[in-house]
Amino acid sequence: MAAVTLLSTRDLCRHFGGLRAVRDVDFDLPQGEIRALIGPNGAGKTTFVSMLCGRIPASSGSITFQGQDVTHLPAHKRISLGMAYTFQITSIFGNLTVYENVALAVQHRLGRDHAALKRETLAALARVGLKARADQVAGDLAYGHQRLLEIAMGLGQEPKLLILDEPTQGLSDGEIEEFIALIREVSANTTVLLIEHNIPVVMALADTITVLNFGEIIAEGTPAEIRANTHVQEAYLGG
Amino acid sequence: MKRALPLHLGLIVLLFALQFALPAYHHGNLARIMVMATFAMGYNIMFGYTGLLSLGHAMFFAAGMYGMGLAVTQLGTPVGPAFLIGIAAAFALSLIVGLLALRTIGVAFMIVTLMFSQTLFLTILYFGSITRGDEGFGIKQATRQIMGLDLSDPTIRYFAAWLLFSLTLMGTLWLVRSPLGRVLIAIRENEERARMLGYDTWRAKLSAVLMSGTVSGAAGAAYGVLFGYVGASFAQVPYSIFPLLWVLLGGAGTVIGPLIGALFMFYLIDLSSGVTDAYMLVVGVALVLLTLFAPKGMMGMVRERWLKWLP
Ligand SMILES: Nc1ncnc2c1ncn2[C@@H]1O[C@H](COP(=O)(O)OP(=O)(O)OP(=O)(O)O)[C@@H](O)[C@H]1O
Ligand SMILES: [Mg+2]
Repeated sequence: MAAVTLLSTRDLCRHFGGLRAVRDVDFDLPQGEIRALIGPNGAGKTTFVSMLCGRIPASSGSITFQGQDVTHLPAHKRISLGMAYTFQITSIFGNLTVYENVALAVQHRLGRDHAALKRETLAALARVGLKARADQVAGDLAYGHQRLLEIAMGLGQEPKLLILDEPTQGLSDGEIEEFIALIREVSANTTVLLIEHNIPVVMALADTITVLNFGEIIAEGTPAEIRANTHVQEAYLGG
Repeated sequence: MKRALPLHLGLIVLLFALQFALPAYHHGNLARIMVMATFAMGYNIMFGYTGLLSLGHAMFFAAGMYGMGLAVTQLGTPVGPAFLIGIAAAFALSLIVGLLALRTIGVAFMIVTLMFSQTLFLTILYFGSITRGDEGFGIKQATRQIMGLDLSDPTIRYFAAWLLFSLTLMGTLWLVRSPLGRVLIAIRENEERARMLGYDTWRAKLSAVLMSGTVSGAAGAAYGVLFGYVGASFAQVPYSIFPLLWVLLGGAGTVIGPLIGALFMFYLIDLSSGVTDAYMLVVGVALVLLTLFAPKGMMGMVRERWLKWLP
């Protein structure tokens, strides 16, 4: 099956002063895949995906999404093209209700259709198990539930590419099981790019794994290949 | 909408009915307060709902007032069309200020709006030959007519102020429940998140400045028409601080708050100045107490404690 490439980067770089956080990354993501992006702390994972969705500008290099060069497109336009990003450091509307948080995500896609807005907002909440908490103030939720709310906002956008930055951090074992099931379901019509430190989650979900170290891709392959790769073992998987 | 609409319509009906019940003194006060509350509602769109703190809103009030006043005195425009010219002047100023000031955020934004407002004040003084500088100028009673109605007549003046207030109140209520209004609130709460949900936050903020400045300008133009005076004091710093205070006291980000704040402050000054010369001290103490015990303003407290649905 020769899949269509949904997103690719060429020579993508990002400097912070003298620090080269991401270096010359060539990356291709076929449509429909669940791709895991792993690497030690500070490897540049968040920096890399932040450039993809436009949260921070690239220092050099290019990004192509659905065949279109999006390197210089502002973030909101990239989101409108079908990207969604859930933050590593929880970023929700703390003073608004859980419902309003997700409704804001859905509204961008549906505009003024009131009935559909309500239906799809509740559906997204139901998928992460937060429907019963719809009327709670989001800032009052437990940390794990705030993480789930972030995911619900991503789902509410119905993106073509869903970028999840360490989504399982702070979730209980039971919630992680549900998360794995949810992402399998979502991946039927969404490409998923998953940054994850929890290796069992990666092994359970990923079609392909990309390993980043010091801002460079040091390996890419199936879970089995990555597990067998000695470079990766040294750099990351507990040596 | 089920509960909010009757509440706001009820307030409008109440204000309409009051004109038949109030003694002349309070009747006149309330007309003035409704115009100032309109100014504050304009301010609230930017500050209360979008989280943009302006320290220069006097410029929009003055733009409306002088746009109207100069059209009458310099061009001989009837007050009806002159009122619209005042609104257009405020809109144009909002566009310029929005495009430039929104390049900054936080404290810089506050300073830039303050500087713009001072610039307008100095410009008014500079063109003293037509603006009559500090002294200002009157709008002759004979010209304050719309469709044969004498706007200097207390009853008609009250009705005109009520109309302006009611339209703005219902407009604000509609806005804050519209998709755009929800995006403005999202920007206030967490701008980066709003941006990463796909919203063009810069454009949304610009539209907030345009609506806010234009409504404030409409209040300024109406004030000039209804009370017959156009003066540079309305372009000075106190008139940038008043709407901020009214909104803070009444409840930032509530539709009714600006009216409550303006009403409260007016009568606080009015009553305490009748009792003591140190009335500013009384006002100061009252403000400090309110800030301590109702930091979200009066309607903000009502929303927190009792009416969670209050828009
Ligand atoms: N805004 C910034 N300014 C300066 N340096 C930054 C900035 N953001 C990231 N860095 C640096 O860039 C490097 C890569 O950071 P990044 O957050 O992308 O790593 P990561 O792989 O996501 O790590 P983690 O697993 O801890 O989330 C780090 O050395 C980090 O300190
Ligand atoms: Mg990270």
